[in-house]
Amino acid sequence: MAAFGSFALLIALLLAAYNFLAGATALRLIAVGKPSRYSPERMAESARRAGIAGFFAVCAAAFAMIWSVFHNDFSIEYIVEHSNIALPTPYKFAAMWSGQEGSLLLWVVLLSTYGLVLRLRHKTDVKLHAYAGTILAAIQVFFLLLVNIATQPFAGVRGGIVPADGNGLNPLLQYPEMVIHPPMLYLGYVGFAIPFAFALGALMMRYPGEKWIHITRRWTMLTWMFLTIGIFLGMHWAYAVLGWGGYWGWDPVEIASLMPWLTGTAFLHSVMMQEKRGMMKSWNVWLIFTTFMLTILGTLLTRAGLVSSVHAFAQSSIGPWFVWFLVLTMAVCLFTYILQRDHLKTEHRLESLVSRESSFLFNNVVLLAACFALLWGTLFPVLSEYVQGTKTTLSGAYYVHVAVPIGIFLLLLTGVGPLLAWRASSFRSLRKNFILPGIAFLVTAIVLTIVLANGGGSKPWEDEGVFYSLMTFSLSAAVATAIASEFLRGAGVIHRQTGKNFLSSMVLLVRRSTRRYGGYLVHFGLVVIFIGFAGYAFNRSVEMPMNVGDTLNIGPYSLKNLGNTQESNANYDTEFSLLQVSENGKKLLEEPMAPEKRVYASNGQPQTIVANHSMMRWDLYVVYEGRSTETGLPIIKAFLNPLVMWIWVGLGIVVFGTLIAQIPSIQPHRAAATVPAKAPSIPGAAPATSMARSGD
Amino acid sequence: MPTRNFLSRLAQSLLVVAIVAITLGATDPESRFNDLGHKMICQCSCSQVMLECNHVGCPVSPVMRSELSDGISRGMNDSLILQSFVQKYGAVVLAAPTTQGFDLLAWIMPFAVAFAGLLGTVLLVRHWAKQQPSLATQAARSGNPAQARFEDDMRERIRRETETE
Repeated sequence: MAAFGSFALLIALLLAAYNFLAGATALRLIAVGKPSRYSPERMAESARRAGIAGFFAVCAAAFAMIWSVFHNDFSIEYIVEHSNIALPTPYKFAAMWSGQEGSLLLWVVLLSTYGLVLRLRHKTDVKLHAYAGTILAAIQVFFLLLVNIATQPFAGVRGGIVPADGNGLNPLLQYPEMVIHPPMLYLGYVGFAIPFAFALGALMMRYPGEKWIHITRRWTMLTWMFLTIGIFLGMHWAYAVLGWGGYWGWDPVEIASLMPWLTGTAFLHSVMMQEKRGMMKSWNVWLIFTTFMLTILGTLLTRAGLVSSVHAFAQSSIGPWFVWFLVLTMAVCLFTYILQRDHLKTEHRLESLVSRESSFLFNNVVLLAACFALLWGTLFPVLSEYVQGTKTTLSGAYYVHVAVPIGIFLLLLTGVGPLLAWRASSFRSLRKNFILPGIAFLVTAIVLTIVLANGGGSKPWEDEGVFYSLMTFSLSAAVATAIASEFLRGAGVIHRQTGKNFLSSMVLLVRRSTRRYGGYLVHFGLVVIFIGFAGYAFNRSVEMPMNVGDTLNIGPYSLKNLGNTQESNANYDTEFSLLQVSENGKKLLEEPMAPEKRVYASNGQPQTIVANHSMMRWDLYVVYEGRSTETGLPIIKAFLNPLVMWIWVGLGIVVFGTLIAQIPSIQPHRAAATVPAKAPSIPGAAPATSMARSGD
Repeated sequence: MPTRNFLSRLAQSLLVVAIVAITLGATDPESRFNDLGHKMICQCSCSQVMLECNHVGCPVSPVMRSELSDGISRGMNDSLILQSFVQKYGAVVLAAPTTQGFDLLAWIMPFAVAFAGLLGTVLLVRHWAKQQPSLATQAARSGNPAQARFEDDMRERIRRETETE
């Protein structure tokens, strides 16, 4: 099977190379209009078909890898390193992306899948798809070169002696989220190659109008959604597995996933200005170029060993490959931009500092500033070592000081932007739109300050974290009020016009403009997530060695140790405590909590299994830390982490909002049909029906 | 004038109270221990903040904690304590860069870039806005406030009912 997998990858490389070369030649012939022996259209079509065939070749390689994992083929080095006979079935899948060779193979599979969809949908715009397909083929060639030459997933076992069993999967990765977190993250990373290919293709061919943005909008939003889910699954994994009570450690790999998310978010906002006003064309093109390059840079940072990371399993010597690919990509983007920049002349200019367009621009600047702060923080240790000879450490403390204020400012803009009108906002409309959110901000800030001042804990003026939390809560209240008032105002208009009840009016409002109200839902989800983040400042913990019958108290909870137990199976040995939880003397949970410490048989590595009882108010998070070296008693650490559940609920709202925004709005004639014509209330104003139009 | 003097004295008093409150908070040994313990990284290679290292049997963090307690009880100031840790463990012991020399750049650059970006955007938009008369003020300039209000309402209504993002 190893030979079959390697052969399939070689065929995939040849097909991608043909796709790229034939596609590029055909497009060149079409562009110059020179007569040729071969029809360029037929050549382009054969290139497209080669791209489709490449997908099947890559799938064959992926099948070979999965088959080898499930059949414990220890003649393949990758299987020896990342699997073993006792590994449970779901984790056999996870083994495919737990190491570098496998994760690059997954990258290739996802890229080919995206490419397949792109090539099958070529009739939307044959020429633009031909350009995008050819650029995508070039990217495929790079990744297929990697898995064929630099980091071969089907390489034979070292020394040639096939072992009886493998080393097993890294215990940290033996967790349900690990089965879906990397594919989701990669769907996000790889997906940005599609809008990148369309943007570069549209620029190369001087594509008229903004149709490429309409074509790629759904791609970009879906990709953004996958990246968001991937990042949050990673956070949940870190929270549930690493056992330190937090979900974000500012590790370079975490930061690497956040950077393209930030620029991708900026792109999603600024393309609206291009669609509506024909503005920011160069900016948008560079935003998507940057987003794609950041996905590559992130891979380079974490795999080349440039920065130290907990994801050390992914380090190797393939860094130079990524450096050259990045340099080449940058050169192509720059060259194309310089050559075609006159095509990107803006049709309109901003007319007022206080307008929706300006708010998008400010939002973009702040998102990019946040991205720069993260990149700067990630690269600074390398830079300081080069300049000073000593490596400066930048831990969470640095990022809290630098990135959190920028994040809070971004939260403010999330609320402000939708309240501003396009082109220009008058003082009167500003006052009208901002009064409620302003009141919500002030009331929340005052009430929380009083509560915190009298609560006996840290005060906002004493503790920076508490101050940031206070600001976040207050701004969240303001932004949520702004979003709610937008929904209520819109639904009120429809209610008055159609006589429908308020809920139906709300549904019709969303259906009329799914993109706008889906976007508001995403904003609301982010507000909920920020509230969850703000709870971090109030985390507390208690740790103690616990004999049977001992009780640990934290907040209103008492954890009584019912017993300490050990168990074994083929995969691991485990020891855990059974803790009965009471709240103010009353039994809280029917089943006792059972935090564990496992030691895996294949490699002797330990892993913490956290016991977590999640509530909207807080998480009761309990860790079995191991046995005390002095007393031999198990050490239990309990955390009360406020509002963590809000983060996961917020993610659900963000995903829901993104999916709503993907649904086409109801067509103008259907919208008009639901709204009976009424005499305008203002003399000279057009009837409402004449203004209703599709939101998409 | 008396009102001005009163306000000036009030502001001075508030400033003094704030400084005293901050200074009192900073000299409390427990909060100093907590504050300094979060400014250093445990050197057991776990890469966690010293007071948050959760490794059972970690050979390093208890030593570091007791060194920190000793330093505080001997009356050393924060700067001296951090310096003694840097001398023993190297600069990597600090959780964040210092605010001196090249390390200062780590703090300045993100805010400088954000500030420059925002300032540049403000100046650019103002420049563009000056090149064409503002829509919002066109009607007002015509000297008809009723017309201006009507257009404001109309614009708001159009935005509500037709605008998409």
